[in-house]
Amino acid sequence: MTEPVNNLDKIKKSLSRRNRAEKRFRWYGRLAIFIGLAAVMVLFTDIISKGHGAFRITYIELEVTYDQDRIGVENLTDPEQLANGNWEALPKAALRNEFNDVSGRRDKRKLYGLISSGAGFDLKDRLLANPLLLGETEKVWILADDDIDTYYKSWLDGEPYAARMSAKQLQWIDELHAQGKIRLQFNSNLFTRGDSREPEQAGIRGAVMGSLLTLILTLLLSFPIGVSAAIYLEEFAPRNRWTDFIEVNINNLAAVPSIIFGLLGLAIFINFFHIPRSVPIVGGLVLTLMTLPTIIITSRAAIKSVPPSIREAALGMGASKYQVVLHHVLPLSLPGMLTGAIIGMAQALGESAPLLMIGMVAFIVDIPAGFSDPATVLPVQIFLWADSPERAFIEKTSAAIMVLLSFLIIMNTVAVWLRKRLERRW
Amino acid sequence: MQATNILILILGLGAFAFFLGRGRSLALAKPLGGIRKLHSLPSYYGLHAALWCSLPSLLLLAMWVMFDDPLINSIVVESVAAEIAPTDAASYNLLLNKISNLADGILPRKGESAALIAAADHMEALRVISRWSLTALLLTLSGLGLLWGWSRISASFRARPVVEKVMQNILLACACLAIFTTVGIVFSVLFESIQFFRSVPIFDFVFGLEWSPQTAIREDQVGSSGSFGAVPLFVGTLLVSAVAMVVAVPIGLMSAIYLAEYASKSVRTYAKPALEILAGIPTVVYGFFAALTVAPFLRDLGASFGLSVSSESALAAGGVMGVMIIPFISSLADDVITAVPQSMRDGSLAMGATQSETVRRVIIPAALPGIVGGIMLAISRAIGETMIVVMAAGMAAKLTANPLESVTTVTVQIVTLLTGDQEFDSPKTLAAFALGLMLFTVTLLLNIFALHIVKKYREQYD
Repeated sequence: MTEPVNNLDKIKKSLSRRNRAEKRFRWYGRLAIFIGLAAVMVLFTDIISKGHGAFRITYIELEVTYDQDRIGVENLTDPEQLANGNWEALPKAALRNEFNDVSGRRDKRKLYGLISSGAGFDLKDRLLANPLLLGETEKVWILADDDIDTYYKSWLDGEPYAARMSAKQLQWIDELHAQGKIRLQFNSNLFTRGDSREPEQAGIRGAVMGSLLTLILTLLLSFPIGVSAAIYLEEFAPRNRWTDFIEVNINNLAAVPSIIFGLLGLAIFINFFHIPRSVPIVGGLVLTLMTLPTIIITSRAAIKSVPPSIREAALGMGASKYQVVLHHVLPLSLPGMLTGAIIGMAQALGESAPLLMIGMVAFIVDIPAGFSDPATVLPVQIFLWADSPERAFIEKTSAAIMVLLSFLIIMNTVAVWLRKRLERRW
Repeated sequence: MQATNILILILGLGAFAFFLGRGRSLALAKPLGGIRKLHSLPSYYGLHAALWCSLPSLLLLAMWVMFDDPLINSIVVESVAAEIAPTDAASYNLLLNKISNLADGILPRKGESAALIAAADHMEALRVISRWSLTALLLTLSGLGLLWGWSRISASFRARPVVEKVMQNILLACACLAIFTTVGIVFSVLFESIQFFRSVPIFDFVFGLEWSPQTAIREDQVGSSGSFGAVPLFVGTLLVSAVAMVVAVPIGLMSAIYLAEYASKSVRTYAKPALEILAGIPTVVYGFFAALTVAPFLRDLGASFGLSVSSESALAAGGVMGVMIIPFISSLADDVITAVPQSMRDGSLAMGATQSETVRRVIIPAALPGIVGGIMLAISRAIGETMIVVMAAGMAAKLTANPLESVTTVTVQIVTLLTGDQEFDSPKTLAAFALGLMLFTVTLLLNIFALHIVKKYREQYD
């Protein structure tokens, strides 16, 4: 007989070490979650702190005289005269009037640089809206140049950024500020205009419209097709190799990199079918193919969640298989399908890589009005602006990101709400 | 747009046919003693007529829209006067664009040669013919279909099975779209890649060590011979993905373990969706964040330690990509960990193991296949990720394993080669498709393998 081995001491000794390891392990878990959440926080604070300024923009008050001779327009209804009018002369004259001691070409150029190069056209629109102003003088708040805007905002925040400003310009702005003739206003241009090379005139309206058109087309195509495919696979498909093959395809397509769909769009829709580049039609088709797997997979899950007893009851009452699906299964699974569709659309809204391939990355000033107008979309606009060298575009980009993220947050909230509100538990 | 109007017209006719068919069946049923004497419900007779009326026309319309432009173009270019006839593919497209713009009135006709104007008129005339013949054909087809569908209605006509058969085929076609998409992807990248491999041998492409896709514009140009060795791109892609995985795997896995095994219910309900916000943020936003916040921060941080960090370092791009992938890994790992049967946990705890020992010695080994599958899916996602690297990694193809330097990736090169206007069949653009083929093949293999593992694992505990 051997002595029974007494492990108790050994265990007791190791216990504190094991408990310490247990504690450490828990802290690793907490740390991991903390890092993840911190990343969310940092990302949002960074974007918001960079972008919040873009919702306000600098305006300068000038006394503008709508001088007929200076513009060279006699009749405001003649389009040719309007097109050839020297509109830029209006704000320039107003600036010279404000700072009448400026002379010399160089200083004058700096002076004109205070205001946006599109200011003359804004005044034109103002005049056309109110033709009685012709020949009159009025005080107008005129859009400032982006460098002035960047400087003025940073100066107000107490950290002046004057890298692109001349000493004269700084002095002028001080004067304007002392007289209360320079101020920040709500930046409505951001929401009403299309893209521009001049940051102060650039807006996201064109990109938002492009995104909207593309998404409408994507939804119109992918939702019916996705739901039909899901119904077929769940309710009618025989279990055979062909069905398995379809399923494998769908699962793989869901994981194919999005840029590959861009290559597909380029090769098939643009080079084979000769649909023009940069139009929402191609964008919508590519995004449809990309979101289809998501919609099919979520729709199938929704159909699966309808209990078989419902189907059996309907069949027992003499309904055909199609009547069972159309009258009972589809209405009951619709909330789940809608949730899936919204999630798919949110994914499509944020997607940019495949759209770069099909030319939706072009510089487009006009706001698209139809599916065949050249357009860009919000994420691609963000990409384009992020690439621009002007400092003022950083602010714009962050603001556009804020708009994009708010759209996504709204869509996802609606999806969650729909799921909570309409989904039935069986 | 002409096609949209026609589409609306056809759909309108279909609706009309529906009511006509339904009305006729009701009228037929009345003398017989109500609709229960009909084989099918009246709406099925209506649907039957509507399908006959609109389906053939819709198919014809689709075919027409696909093929009339290329057909007209080739007829016009065939018949242009000899002095402007195109000599090669590039001048063919140029000529076609010009004629088409003249015909549409986008370009002014003043000052163009008579031959061009004649061609434009020819094109315009053909387009008018095409439009009118299409409308006439469609209307006839719809009318005939309507008549046929209408005439077949009788009390004993089995309308429901016919309609259901058609619907079944439509559903099947929708399901098969997934196959067509895959086939389309394979063919579009394969076809162009084969063309590319005709000018650049496949061996040089896969094993070449130098990537500079600038091809000479002039014959005698120096220094831009164009070399298409893709190894630097593969290395760059792997480097960025490896950095991403180093960030994402431990964080994602640990948070999944904590959420599944330790966290109270209230923590779980808030922390899980909060983490998943990361998955919903568009990649272009991550790209902006990486390029404008993380990269300068890392550069300054490196400088304070005396390290030179490139402002487009693989570290910045990979790190941010890792953050993006955290929720992907954590939700996949969460799924597989919660799928491990409770009895295994209970057994281990009953033997006196602490909770962390249970996790490390029992749960993780049991869930390993699922976790590995999830990580492979994550790798495939990292390889295919585009916007972050386009915005935050560099363009220069460097063969390096140092994450502080700037590298370029396969996706970055696809984007740079294909954005902007260039000839479609230059080796430069074709190279993008060859890279696409590589990307597709690798991600496809990873996905198939990973899905297979995950599926097997699921079956094990179901």
